[in-house]
Amino acid sequence: MKILAIDSSGLVASVAVAQDDTLVAEFTMNYKKTHSQTLLPMLEEVKKAIQLDLGSIDAIAVAAGPGSFTGLRIGSATAKGLGLALQKPLIAVPTVEALAYNLYDTGEDTVICPIMDARRNQVYTGIYCFREHRLETLKQQDAVPMEELLEALNAMGKTVIFLGDGVPVYREQIEENCRVPYTFAPAHLNRQRAAAVAALGEIYYKEGKIQTAAEHAPDYLRVSQAERERAQRLGKTDHA
Amino acid sequence: MENKKDTLILAIESSCDETAASVVKNGRTVLSNIISSQIDLHKLYGGVVPEIASRKHIEKINQVIQEALDAAGVTLDDLDAVGVTYGPGLVGALLVGVAEAKAISFAKDLPLVGVHHIEGHISANYIENLDLEPPFLCLVVSGGHTHLVIVKDYGEFQILGRTRDDAAGEAFDKVARAIGLGYPGGPKIDRLSKEGDPYAIDFPKAKVDEAPYDFSFSGVKSAVLNHLNKCRMQGLPIKEADIAASFQRSVVEVLTEHAIAAAKDYHINKLAIAGGVASNSTLRAAMEKACRENQIQFYHPSPVFCTDNAAMIGVAAYYEYLKGTRHGWDLNAVPNLKLGER
Repeated sequence: MKILAIDSSGLVASVAVAQDDTLVAEFTMNYKKTHSQTLLPMLEEVKKAIQLDLGSIDAIAVAAGPGSFTGLRIGSATAKGLGLALQKPLIAVPTVEALAYNLYDTGEDTVICPIMDARRNQVYTGIYCFREHRLETLKQQDAVPMEELLEALNAMGKTVIFLGDGVPVYREQIEENCRVPYTFAPAHLNRQRAAAVAALGEIYYKEGKIQTAAEHAPDYLRVSQAERERAQRLGKTDHA
Repeated sequence: MENKKDTLILAIESSCDETAASVVKNGRTVLSNIISSQIDLHKLYGGVVPEIASRKHIEKINQVIQEALDAAGVTLDDLDAVGVTYGPGLVGALLVGVAEAKAISFAKDLPLVGVHHIEGHISANYIENLDLEPPFLCLVVSGGHTHLVIVKDYGEFQILGRTRDDAAGEAFDKVARAIGLGYPGGPKIDRLSKEGDPYAIDFPKAKVDEAPYDFSFSGVKSAVLNHLNKCRMQGLPIKEADIAASFQRSVVEVLTEHAIAAAKDYHINKLAIAGGVASNSTLRAAMEKACRENQIQFYHPSPVFCTDNAAMIGVAAYYEYLKGTRHGWDLNAVPNLKLGER
Protein backbone atom coordinates (compact mmCIF):
# COMPACT_ATOMS: atom_id res chain seq x y z
CA MET A 1 0.00 0.00 0.00
CA LYS A 2 1.05 3.56 -0.68
CA ILE A 3 0.73 6.37 1.82
CA LEU A 4 1.27 10.07 1.34
CA ALA A 5 2.14 11.74 4.64
CA ILE A 6 2.20 15.40 5.69
CA ASP A 7 3.45 17.06 8.85
CA SER A 8 3.26 20.83 9.30
CA SER A 9 2.46 20.83 13.01
CA GLY A 10 5.56 22.74 14.10
CA LEU A 11 8.47 24.59 12.56
CA VAL A 12 9.22 21.62 10.32
CA ALA A 13 7.42 21.15 7.03
CA SER A 14 7.63 17.55 5.87
CA VAL A 15 6.15 15.46 3.09
CA ALA A 16 6.76 11.74 2.52
CA VAL A 17 5.61 8.87 0.35
CA ALA A 18 5.94 5.34 1.72
CA GLN A 19 5.10 2.11 -0.02
CA ASP A 20 4.77 -0.94 2.23
CA ASP A 21 8.05 -1.06 4.18
CA THR A 22 9.90 1.32 1.88
CA LEU A 23 10.24 5.06 2.21
CA VAL A 24 10.14 6.19 -1.43
CA ALA A 25 10.64 9.89 -0.80
CA GLU A 26 10.80 12.35 2.02
CA PHE A 27 11.22 16.12 1.89
CA THR A 28 11.76 17.74 5.27
CA MET A 29 12.64 21.34 5.95
CA ASN A 30 13.21 23.09 9.23
CA TYR A 31 13.97 26.52 7.98
CA LYS A 32 11.28 29.19 8.10
CA LYS A 33 7.75 28.74 9.15
CA THR A 34 5.89 29.62 5.99
CA HIS A 35 4.13 26.30 5.56
CA SER A 36 1.42 27.88 3.46
CA GLN A 37 4.06 28.75 0.86
CA THR A 38 6.32 25.71 1.20
CA LEU A 39 4.22 22.63 1.85
CA LEU A 40 2.50 22.18 -1.51
CA PRO A 41 5.57 23.14 -3.59
CA MET A 42 7.45 20.49 -1.57
CA LEU A 43 4.80 17.93 -2.43
CA GLU A 44 5.06 18.94 -6.07
CA GLU A 45 8.84 18.41 -5.96
CA VAL A 46 8.32 14.96 -4.48
CA LYS A 47 5.65 14.15 -7.05
CA LYS A 48 7.92 15.15 -9.92
CA ALA A 49 11.02 13.47 -8.50
CA ILE A 50 9.41 10.06 -8.07
CA GLN A 51 6.89 10.43 -10.92
CA LEU A 52 4.13 9.93 -8.40
CA ASP A 53 0.69 9.20 -9.76
CA LEU A 54 -1.49 10.77 -7.07
CA GLY A 55 -4.29 8.38 -7.96
CA SER A 56 -2.16 5.44 -6.86
CA ILE A 57 -2.13 6.59 -3.24
CA ASP A 58 -4.21 4.50 -0.84
CA ALA A 59 -4.50 7.04 1.94
CA ILE A 60 -3.25 10.40 3.14
CA ALA A 61 -1.73 10.47 6.62
CA VAL A 62 -1.51 13.79 8.40
CA ALA A 63 0.01 14.87 11.69
CA ALA A 64 -3.26 15.79 13.32
CA GLY A 65 -2.19 17.64 16.44
CA PRO A 66 -1.17 18.94 18.78
CA GLY A 67 0.97 21.73 17.36
CA SER A 68 0.77 25.25 16.01
CA PHE A 69 -2.94 25.85 15.40
CA THR A 70 -2.29 27.48 12.04
CA GLY A 71 0.34 24.93 11.04
CA LEU A 72 -2.03 22.09 11.84
CA ARG A 73 -4.76 23.65 9.76
CA ILE A 74 -2.49 24.13 6.74
CA GLY A 75 -1.58 20.43 6.86
CA SER A 76 -5.14 19.44 7.57
CA ALA A 77 -6.70 21.57 4.80
CA THR A 78 -4.07 20.30 2.37
CA ALA A 79 -4.84 16.68 3.32
CA LYS A 80 -8.58 17.33 3.17
CA GLY A 81 -8.33 18.96 -0.25
CA LEU A 82 -6.25 16.06 -1.55
CA GLY A 83 -8.63 13.55 0.01
CA LEU A 84 -11.64 15.25 -1.52
CA ALA A 85 -10.09 15.52 -4.97
CA LEU A 86 -8.55 12.03 -5.03
CA GLN A 87 -11.41 10.42 -3.10
CA LYS A 88 -9.01 8.83 -0.64
CA PRO A 89 -9.34 8.36 3.12
CA LEU A 90 -7.33 10.28 5.68
CA ILE A 91 -5.35 8.89 8.58
CA ALA A 92 -5.10 11.25 11.56
CA VAL A 93 -1.79 10.50 13.27
CA PRO A 94 -1.29 12.14 16.68
CA THR A 95 1.71 14.46 16.36
CA VAL A 96 3.44 13.44 19.59
CA GLU A 97 3.05 9.76 18.81
CA ALA A 98 4.54 10.26 15.35
CA LEU A 99 7.49 12.07 16.94
CA ALA A 100 8.03 9.10 19.26
CA TYR A 101 7.96 6.81 16.24
CA ASN A 102 11.08 8.52 14.91
CA LEU A 103 12.74 5.98 17.23
CA TYR A 104 12.33 2.20 17.26
CA ASP A 105 12.73 -0.71 19.67
CA THR A 106 14.38 1.38 22.33
CA GLY A 107 14.17 -1.37 24.96
CA GLU A 108 11.80 -2.03 27.84
CA ASP A 109 13.77 0.02 30.34
CA THR A 110 13.65 3.14 28.21
CA VAL A 111 10.79 5.53 27.59
CA ILE A 112 10.48 8.04 24.75
CA CYS A 113 9.31 11.51 25.68
CA PRO A 114 8.69 13.97 22.85
CA ILE A 115 8.21 17.53 24.07
CA MET A 116 6.85 20.35 21.94
CA ASP A 117 6.86 23.91 23.17
CA ALA A 118 3.21 24.73 23.83
CA ARG A 119 3.85 28.23 25.27
CA ARG A 120 2.07 29.36 28.43
CA ASN A 121 4.65 27.30 30.40
CA GLN A 122 3.37 24.04 29.00
CA VAL A 123 4.60 21.34 26.68
CA TYR A 124 2.68 19.06 24.38
CA THR A 125 3.99 15.70 25.39
CA GLY A 126 3.29 12.02 25.93
CA ILE A 127 5.28 9.06 27.23
CA TYR A 128 5.88 6.03 25.03
CA CYS A 129 7.88 2.83 24.97
CA PHE A 130 8.37 -0.14 22.66
CA ARG A 131 7.10 -3.54 23.65
CA GLU A 132 7.37 -6.48 21.27
CA HIS A 133 8.37 -4.07 18.48
CA ARG A 134 5.23 -2.02 18.91
CA LEU A 135 4.92 1.55 20.08
CA GLU A 136 2.96 1.60 23.32
CA THR A 137 1.45 4.67 24.93
CA LEU A 138 2.24 5.00 28.64
CA LYS A 139 0.83 8.50 28.91
CA GLN A 140 -1.52 9.98 26.31
CA GLN A 141 -0.44 13.15 24.53
CA ASP A 142 -1.53 16.24 26.42
CA ALA A 143 -0.59 19.82 27.25
CA VAL A 144 1.08 19.80 30.69
CA PRO A 145 3.53 21.95 32.69
CA MET A 146 7.13 20.73 32.38
CA GLU A 147 7.36 20.18 36.18
CA GLU A 148 4.42 17.80 36.05
CA LEU A 149 6.01 15.85 33.20
CA LEU A 150 9.35 15.58 35.00
CA GLU A 151 7.61 14.34 38.16
CA ALA A 152 5.89 11.62 36.14
CA LEU A 153 9.16 10.59 34.48
CA ASN A 154 11.01 10.56 37.82
CA ALA A 155 8.27 8.37 39.28
CA MET A 156 8.55 5.89 36.40
CA GLY A 157 12.25 5.43 37.12
CA LYS A 158 13.20 4.53 33.55
CA THR A 159 15.75 6.00 31.16
CA VAL A 160 14.24 8.80 29.10
CA ILE A 161 14.96 9.82 25.50
CA PHE A 162 13.83 13.41 24.98
CA LEU A 163 13.15 14.87 21.55
CA GLY A 164 11.15 17.62 19.91
CA ASP A 165 11.32 21.40 19.62
CA GLY A 166 10.70 21.70 23.37
CA VAL A 167 14.18 20.33 24.10
CA PRO A 168 16.12 23.57 23.46
CA VAL A 169 13.49 25.49 25.43
CA TYR A 170 13.45 23.19 28.49
CA ARG A 171 16.94 21.68 28.39
CA GLU A 172 18.11 23.47 31.54
CA GLN A 173 15.04 22.50 33.48
CA ILE A 174 15.52 18.87 32.44
CA GLU A 175 19.18 18.93 33.43
CA GLU A 176 18.31 20.38 36.83
CA ASN A 177 15.26 18.33 37.73
CA CYS A 178 15.37 15.02 35.89
CA ARG A 179 16.37 12.36 38.46
CA VAL A 180 16.42 9.43 36.06
CA PRO A 181 19.02 8.77 33.34
CA TYR A 182 18.16 10.69 30.17
CA THR A 183 19.48 11.49 26.72
CA PHE A 184 18.53 13.74 23.84
CA ALA A 185 17.83 12.30 20.39
CA PRO A 186 20.22 13.46 17.63
CA ALA A 187 19.52 15.90 14.81
CA HIS A 188 18.17 13.42 12.26
CA LEU A 189 15.57 12.04 14.69
CA ASN A 190 14.57 14.88 16.96
CA ARG A 191 11.95 16.79 14.95
CA GLN A 192 8.73 15.98 13.11
CA ARG A 193 9.25 13.78 10.08
CA ALA A 194 6.56 12.79 7.62
CA ALA A 195 8.27 9.42 7.19
CA ALA A 196 7.27 8.54 10.75
CA VAL A 197 3.75 9.82 10.11
CA ALA A 198 3.58 7.55 7.06
CA ALA A 199 4.94 4.49 8.87
CA LEU A 200 2.64 4.94 11.84
CA GLY A 201 -0.14 5.83 9.45
CA GLU A 202 0.18 2.46 7.77
CA ILE A 203 -0.28 0.71 11.12
CA TYR A 204 -3.34 2.88 11.86
CA TYR A 205 -4.72 2.12 8.41
CA LYS A 206 -4.40 -1.61 8.96
CA GLU A 207 -6.18 -1.23 12.28
CA GLY A 208 -9.02 0.47 10.43
CA LYS A 209 -8.34 3.86 12.00
CA ILE A 210 -9.24 5.96 8.98
CA GLN A 211 -11.50 8.96 8.40
CA THR A 212 -13.18 10.54 5.44
CA ALA A 213 -11.57 13.77 4.29
CA ALA A 214 -14.79 15.58 5.20
CA GLU A 215 -14.83 14.44 8.83
CA HIS A 216 -11.17 15.09 9.53
CA ALA A 217 -10.18 18.05 11.74
CA PRO A 218 -7.07 18.63 13.84
CA ASP A 219 -6.99 17.70 17.50
CA TYR A 220 -5.60 20.87 19.07
CA LEU A 221 -5.65 19.56 22.67
CA ARG A 222 -6.62 23.08 23.66
CA VAL A 223 -9.65 25.27 23.27
CA SER A 224 -9.18 28.75 21.82
CA GLN A 225 -8.13 31.60 24.06
CA ALA A 226 -11.55 33.23 23.73
CA GLU A 227 -13.31 30.04 24.83
CA ARG A 228 -10.90 29.57 27.73
CA GLU A 229 -11.39 33.12 28.95
CA ARG A 230 -15.13 32.87 28.58
CA ALA A 231 -15.18 29.64 30.58
CA GLN A 232 -13.10 31.32 33.28
CA ARG A 233 -15.46 34.29 33.38
CA LEU A 234 -18.50 32.07 33.62
CA GLY A 235 -16.78 29.92 36.22
CA LYS A 236 -16.08 32.97 38.34
CA THR A 237 -19.65 34.19 38.05
CA ASP A 238 -20.90 30.78 39.12
CA HIS A 239 -18.80 30.83 42.26
CA ALA A 240 -19.45 34.46 43.10
CA MET B 1 -25.09 18.47 -19.37
CA GLU B 2 -22.80 21.43 -19.67
CA ASN B 3 -21.88 22.76 -23.08
CA LYS B 4 -18.23 22.07 -23.80
CA LYS B 5 -17.51 25.73 -24.44
CA ASP B 6 -18.74 26.65 -20.98
CA THR B 7 -16.22 27.64 -18.34
CA LEU B 8 -16.94 26.19 -14.92
CA ILE B 9 -15.23 27.52 -11.84
CA LEU B 10 -15.34 26.17 -8.31
CA ALA B 11 -14.91 29.04 -5.87
CA ILE B 12 -14.05 28.91 -2.18
CA GLU B 13 -14.40 31.72 0.36
CA SER B 14 -13.33 31.59 4.02
CA SER B 15 -12.02 35.07 4.80
CA CYS B 16 -14.14 35.72 7.87
CA ASP B 17 -16.97 33.77 9.48
CA GLU B 18 -18.71 32.14 6.52
CA THR B 19 -17.44 28.94 4.96
CA ALA B 20 -18.67 29.12 1.38
CA ALA B 21 -18.32 27.33 -1.94
CA SER B 22 -19.96 27.86 -5.29
CA VAL B 23 -19.88 26.69 -8.87
CA VAL B 24 -20.20 29.49 -11.43
CA LYS B 25 -20.71 29.06 -15.18
CA ASN B 26 -19.18 31.58 -17.60
CA GLY B 27 -18.81 34.15 -14.87
CA ARG B 28 -22.47 35.07 -14.76
CA THR B 29 -24.52 31.99 -13.97
CA VAL B 30 -24.45 30.72 -10.39
CA LEU B 31 -25.04 26.97 -10.45
CA SER B 32 -24.73 26.63 -6.68
CA ASN B 33 -24.04 28.90 -3.74
CA ILE B 34 -23.50 27.16 -0.41
CA ILE B 35 -22.84 29.23 2.71
CA SER B 36 -22.24 27.80 6.16
CA SER B 37 -22.51 30.68 8.59
CA GLN B 38 -20.89 30.61 12.01
CA ILE B 39 -22.71 33.66 13.27
CA ASP B 40 -24.39 31.93 16.21
CA LEU B 41 -21.02 30.79 17.55
CA HIS B 42 -19.52 34.26 17.45
CA LYS B 43 -22.58 35.93 18.99
CA LEU B 44 -21.42 34.60 22.36
CA TYR B 45 -18.33 36.76 22.05
CA GLY B 46 -19.90 39.90 20.58
CA GLY B 47 -17.87 39.59 17.38
CA VAL B 48 -15.90 37.20 15.23
CA VAL B 49 -13.23 35.27 17.14
CA PRO B 50 -10.51 34.44 14.59
CA GLU B 51 -9.38 31.14 16.13
CA ILE B 52 -12.94 29.85 16.45
CA ALA B 53 -13.67 30.93 12.87
CA SER B 54 -10.59 29.08 11.59
CA ARG B 55 -11.54 25.92 13.48
CA LYS B 56 -15.06 25.95 12.10
CA HIS B 57 -13.81 26.48 8.56
CA ILE B 58 -11.67 23.36 8.68
CA GLU B 59 -14.56 21.31 10.08
CA LYS B 60 -17.03 22.44 7.43
CA ILE B 61 -15.05 23.10 4.28
CA ASN B 62 -15.18 19.70 2.55
CA GLN B 63 -18.87 19.35 3.25
CA VAL B 64 -19.58 22.82 1.86
CA ILE B 65 -17.52 22.16 -1.28
CA GLN B 66 -19.18 18.79 -1.87
CA GLU B 67 -22.61 20.36 -1.45
CA ALA B 68 -21.70 23.07 -3.95
CA LEU B 69 -20.58 20.46 -6.51
CA ASP B 70 -23.64 18.28 -5.92
CA ALA B 71 -26.09 21.18 -6.09
CA ALA B 72 -24.51 22.30 -9.37
CA GLY B 73 -24.66 18.73 -10.69
CA VAL B 74 -20.98 18.68 -11.56
CA THR B 75 -17.86 16.86 -10.43
CA LEU B 76 -14.33 18.16 -10.06
CA ASP B 77 -13.59 16.62 -13.47
CA ASP B 78 -15.97 19.09 -15.14
CA LEU B 79 -14.16 22.15 -13.81
CA ASP B 80 -11.91 24.57 -15.66
CA ALA B 81 -10.38 26.31 -12.65
CA VAL B 82 -10.52 26.76 -8.90
CA GLY B 83 -10.91 30.25 -7.49
CA VAL B 84 -10.25 31.19 -3.88
CA THR B 85 -10.23 34.30 -1.71
CA TYR B 86 -6.67 34.92 -0.55
CA GLY B 87 -7.16 38.31 1.06
CA PRO B 88 -7.96 40.56 2.71
CA GLY B 89 -9.41 38.94 5.80
CA LEU B 90 -8.49 36.96 8.90
CA VAL B 91 -5.24 35.20 8.09
CA GLY B 92 -6.04 31.92 9.86
CA ALA B 93 -9.45 31.79 8.25
CA LEU B 94 -8.13 32.62 4.78
CA LEU B 95 -5.43 29.95 5.08
CA VAL B 96 -8.00 27.17 5.35
CA GLY B 97 -9.63 28.07 2.04
CA VAL B 98 -6.31 28.75 0.35
CA ALA B 99 -4.70 25.44 1.43
CA GLU B 100 -7.84 23.52 0.49
CA ALA B 101 -8.18 25.19 -2.92
CA LYS B 102 -4.51 24.66 -3.68
CA ALA B 103 -4.68 20.97 -2.78
CA ILE B 104 -7.79 20.43 -4.93
CA SER B 105 -6.36 22.20 -7.97
CA PHE B 106 -3.00 20.45 -7.47
CA ALA B 107 -4.64 17.02 -7.28
CA LYS B 108 -6.91 17.67 -10.28
CA ASP B 109 -4.30 19.59 -12.28
CA LEU B 110 -6.55 22.66 -12.52
CA PRO B 111 -5.52 26.31 -12.82
CA LEU B 112 -5.62 28.16 -9.50
CA VAL B 113 -6.94 31.71 -9.40
CA GLY B 114 -6.54 33.74 -6.22
CA VAL B 115 -9.22 36.37 -5.78
CA HIS B 116 -9.34 39.63 -3.82
CA HIS B 117 -12.31 39.54 -1.45
CA ILE B 118 -13.47 43.05 -2.38
CA GLU B 119 -13.14 42.29 -6.09
CA GLY B 120 -15.53 39.47 -5.27
CA HIS B 121 -18.02 41.78 -3.56
CA ILE B 122 -17.94 44.16 -6.52
CA SER B 123 -18.37 41.25 -8.95
CA ALA B 124 -21.52 40.14 -7.10
CA ASN B 125 -23.27 42.83 -9.13
CA TYR B 126 -22.62 40.91 -12.37
CA ILE B 127 -24.70 37.94 -11.22
CA GLU B 128 -28.14 39.47 -11.48
CA ASN B 129 -27.36 42.39 -13.78
CA LEU B 130 -26.37 40.77 -17.04
CA ASP B 131 -26.20 44.18 -18.73
CA LEU B 132 -23.69 45.55 -16.23
CA GLU B 133 -20.19 45.89 -17.57
CA PRO B 134 -17.30 48.17 -16.65
CA PRO B 135 -16.75 51.03 -16.40
CA PHE B 136 -18.95 51.84 -13.40
CA LEU B 137 -18.65 53.29 -9.94
CA CYS B 138 -18.98 50.98 -6.96
CA LEU B 139 -19.49 51.71 -3.27
CA VAL B 140 -18.22 48.76 -1.23
CA VAL B 141 -19.55 48.77 2.33
CA SER B 142 -19.07 45.90 4.75
CA GLY B 143 -17.91 45.09 8.27
CA GLY B 144 -14.30 45.39 7.24
CA HIS B 145 -14.32 47.70 4.23
CA THR B 146 -15.61 51.04 2.98
CA HIS B 147 -14.34 51.84 -0.48
CA LEU B 148 -15.51 54.06 -3.30
CA VAL B 149 -14.05 52.55 -6.44
CA ILE B 150 -14.15 53.11 -10.18
CA VAL B 151 -14.27 49.71 -11.86
CA LYS B 152 -12.39 50.63 -15.03
CA ASP B 153 -12.40 47.17 -16.48
CA TYR B 154 -12.81 43.64 -15.12
CA GLY B 155 -10.22 43.38 -12.37
CA GLU B 156 -9.03 46.97 -12.84
CA PHE B 157 -9.80 49.47 -10.15
CA GLN B 158 -9.21 53.08 -9.25
CA ILE B 159 -9.86 53.71 -5.58
CA LEU B 160 -11.34 57.18 -5.09
CA GLY B 161 -12.02 57.01 -1.39
CA ARG B 162 -11.83 54.80 1.64
CA THR B 163 -12.53 55.02 5.34
CA ARG B 164 -9.94 56.68 7.52
CA ASP B 165 -10.96 54.73 10.61
CA ASP B 166 -13.92 52.39 11.16
CA ALA B 167 -15.57 50.59 8.28
CA ALA B 168 -19.26 51.42 7.91
CA GLY B 169 -20.32 47.95 9.05
CA GLU B 170 -17.96 48.18 12.00
CA ALA B 171 -19.68 51.40 13.10
CA PHE B 172 -23.04 49.62 12.87
CA ASP B 173 -21.70 46.79 15.04
CA LYS B 174 -20.24 49.13 17.65
CA VAL B 175 -23.36 51.27 17.90
CA ALA B 176 -25.54 48.17 18.05
CA ARG B 177 -23.46 46.90 20.95
CA ALA B 178 -23.66 50.28 22.72
CA ILE B 179 -27.45 50.33 22.59
CA GLY B 180 -27.70 46.69 23.60
CA LEU B 181 -28.74 45.13 20.29
CA GLY B 182 -25.87 42.66 20.08
CA TYR B 183 -24.00 41.17 17.15
CA PRO B 184 -24.24 41.42 14.17
CA GLY B 185 -25.29 45.05 14.36
CA GLY B 186 -26.20 45.91 10.76
CA PRO B 187 -29.46 44.02 10.34
CA LYS B 188 -30.53 44.81 13.90
CA ILE B 189 -30.08 48.56 13.48
CA ASP B 190 -31.79 48.40 10.10
CA ARG B 191 -34.81 46.72 11.69
CA LEU B 192 -35.00 48.91 14.82
CA SER B 193 -34.58 52.09 12.77
CA LYS B 194 -37.95 51.51 11.16
CA GLU B 195 -39.55 52.25 14.54
CA GLY B 196 -37.49 55.37 15.21
CA ASP B 197 -37.28 58.98 14.05
CA PRO B 198 -34.19 59.48 11.85
CA TYR B 199 -34.27 63.21 12.61
CA ALA B 200 -34.59 62.85 16.40
CA ILE B 201 -30.89 63.39 17.02
CA ASP B 202 -28.45 65.25 14.81
CA PHE B 203 -25.33 63.10 14.72
CA PRO B 204 -22.35 64.53 12.83
CA LYS B 205 -21.46 63.62 9.25
CA ALA B 206 -17.70 63.66 9.17
CA LYS B 207 -15.94 65.06 6.12
CA VAL B 208 -12.28 64.39 5.58
CA ASP B 209 -10.38 67.55 4.63
CA GLU B 210 -8.73 67.49 1.20
CA ALA B 211 -10.20 64.04 0.49
CA PRO B 212 -13.80 64.53 -0.63
CA TYR B 213 -14.45 60.83 -1.22
CA ASP B 214 -12.93 59.49 1.98
CA PHE B 215 -15.05 58.43 4.93
CA SER B 216 -14.76 58.62 8.69
CA PHE B 217 -17.18 56.83 10.95
CA SER B 218 -15.46 56.98 14.32
CA GLY B 219 -16.90 60.47 14.91
CA VAL B 220 -20.52 59.46 14.55
CA LYS B 221 -19.86 56.37 16.66
CA SER B 222 -18.35 58.53 19.43
CA ALA B 223 -21.28 60.95 19.15
CA VAL B 224 -23.66 58.06 19.80
CA LEU B 225 -21.64 56.98 22.84
CA ASN B 226 -21.58 60.59 24.12
CA HIS B 227 -25.30 60.89 23.61
CA LEU B 228 -25.85 57.70 25.63
CA ASN B 229 -23.61 59.02 28.41
CA LYS B 230 -25.40 62.33 28.47
CA CYS B 231 -28.80 60.62 28.74
CA ARG B 232 -27.55 58.47 31.59
CA MET B 233 -25.96 61.39 33.46
CA GLN B 234 -29.05 63.56 33.12
CA GLY B 235 -31.44 60.72 33.78
CA LEU B 236 -33.09 61.14 30.38
CA PRO B 237 -34.77 58.17 28.69
CA ILE B 238 -32.65 56.36 26.09
CA LYS B 239 -34.69 55.93 22.93
CA GLU B 240 -32.85 53.15 21.13
CA ALA B 241 -34.99 53.26 17.99
CA ASP B 242 -34.41 57.00 17.57
CA ILE B 243 -30.68 56.59 18.15
CA ALA B 244 -30.49 53.73 15.64
CA ALA B 245 -32.50 55.63 13.02
CA SER B 246 -30.55 58.87 13.49
CA PHE B 247 -27.19 57.11 13.44
CA GLN B 248 -28.18 55.20 10.33
CA ARG B 249 -29.36 58.38 8.60
CA SER B 250 -26.00 60.02 9.26
CA VAL B 251 -24.05 57.08 7.80
CA VAL B 252 -26.38 56.54 4.84
CA GLU B 253 -26.36 60.23 3.91
CA VAL B 254 -22.57 60.38 3.88
CA LEU B 255 -22.29 57.21 1.81
CA THR B 256 -24.90 58.41 -0.67
CA GLU B 257 -23.59 61.96 -0.97
CA HIS B 258 -20.02 60.80 -1.57
CA ALA B 259 -21.05 58.22 -4.15
CA ILE B 260 -23.25 60.62 -6.10
CA ALA B 261 -20.62 63.36 -5.98
CA ALA B 262 -18.00 60.97 -7.35
CA ALA B 263 -20.33 59.77 -10.11
CA LYS B 264 -20.97 63.37 -11.17
CA ASP B 265 -17.33 64.45 -10.90
CA TYR B 266 -16.14 61.51 -12.98
CA HIS B 267 -19.13 61.54 -15.35
CA ILE B 268 -20.08 57.96 -14.61
CA ASN B 269 -23.72 57.05 -15.09
CA LYS B 270 -23.65 53.61 -13.50
CA LEU B 271 -23.42 53.17 -9.76
CA ALA B 272 -23.36 49.84 -7.91
CA ILE B 273 -23.21 48.96 -4.23
CA ALA B 274 -21.65 45.85 -2.73
CA GLY B 275 -20.73 44.25 0.59
CA GLY B 276 -22.73 43.25 3.66
CA VAL B 277 -24.00 46.78 4.38
CA ALA B 278 -25.32 46.96 0.81
CA SER B 279 -28.30 44.92 1.98
CA ASN B 280 -29.27 47.71 4.42
CA SER B 281 -32.75 48.75 3.29
CA THR B 282 -32.34 52.43 4.09
CA LEU B 283 -29.06 52.64 2.18
CA ARG B 284 -30.62 50.94 -0.81
CA ALA B 285 -33.62 53.22 -0.80
CA ALA B 286 -31.48 56.34 -0.43
CA MET B 287 -29.10 55.29 -3.21
CA GLU B 288 -31.96 54.35 -5.50
CA LYS B 289 -33.63 57.73 -4.97
CA ALA B 290 -30.42 59.73 -5.37
CA CYS B 291 -29.49 57.82 -8.52
CA ARG B 292 -32.95 58.40 -10.02
CA GLU B 293 -32.74 62.12 -9.30
CA ASN B 294 -29.36 62.30 -10.98
CA GLN B 295 -30.07 60.07 -13.99
CA ILE B 296 -27.67 57.43 -12.80
CA GLN B 297 -28.38 53.74 -13.34
CA PHE B 298 -28.35 52.00 -9.94
CA TYR B 299 -27.23 48.39 -9.42
CA HIS B 300 -27.24 46.23 -6.32
CA PRO B 301 -26.98 42.51 -5.59
CA SER B 302 -29.65 40.53 -3.73
CA PRO B 303 -28.90 40.21 0.00
CA VAL B 304 -27.60 36.65 -0.44
CA PHE B 305 -24.89 37.99 -2.75
CA CYS B 306 -24.14 40.98 -0.48
CA THR B 307 -23.10 38.85 2.46
CA ASP B 308 -19.83 36.94 2.18
CA ASN B 309 -20.38 34.18 -0.37
CA ALA B 310 -18.36 32.16 -2.86
CA ALA B 311 -20.50 32.88 -5.92
CA MET B 312 -19.08 36.39 -6.09
CA ILE B 313 -15.59 34.91 -5.81
CA GLY B 314 -16.39 32.56 -8.69
CA VAL B 315 -17.52 35.50 -10.83
CA ALA B 316 -14.37 37.50 -10.06
CA ALA B 317 -12.24 34.38 -10.62
CA TYR B 318 -13.81 33.90 -14.04
CA TYR B 319 -12.79 37.35 -15.26
CA GLU B 320 -9.33 36.96 -13.72
CA TYR B 321 -9.09 33.54 -15.40
CA LEU B 322 -9.94 35.12 -18.77
CA LYS B 323 -7.22 37.72 -18.21
CA GLY B 324 -4.74 34.91 -17.60
CA THR B 325 -4.32 35.31 -13.84
CA ARG B 326 -2.83 32.08 -12.44
CA HIS B 327 -1.41 31.48 -8.99
CA GLY B 328 1.23 28.95 -8.01
CA TRP B 329 1.25 26.31 -5.30
CA ASP B 330 3.01 28.83 -3.09
CA LEU B 331 -0.06 31.08 -2.96
CA ASN B 332 -0.32 32.46 0.56
CA ALA B 333 -3.09 34.18 2.46
CA VAL B 334 -2.55 37.94 2.45
CA PRO B 335 -4.58 39.46 5.28
CA ASN B 336 -4.06 43.08 4.12
CA LEU B 337 -4.15 42.50 0.37
CA LYS B 338 -4.72 45.72 -1.58
CA LEU B 339 -7.40 45.93 -4.23
CA GLY B 340 -5.91 45.55 -7.70
CA GLU B 341 -2.79 43.78 -6.40
CA ARG B 342 -1.88 40.38 -7.83
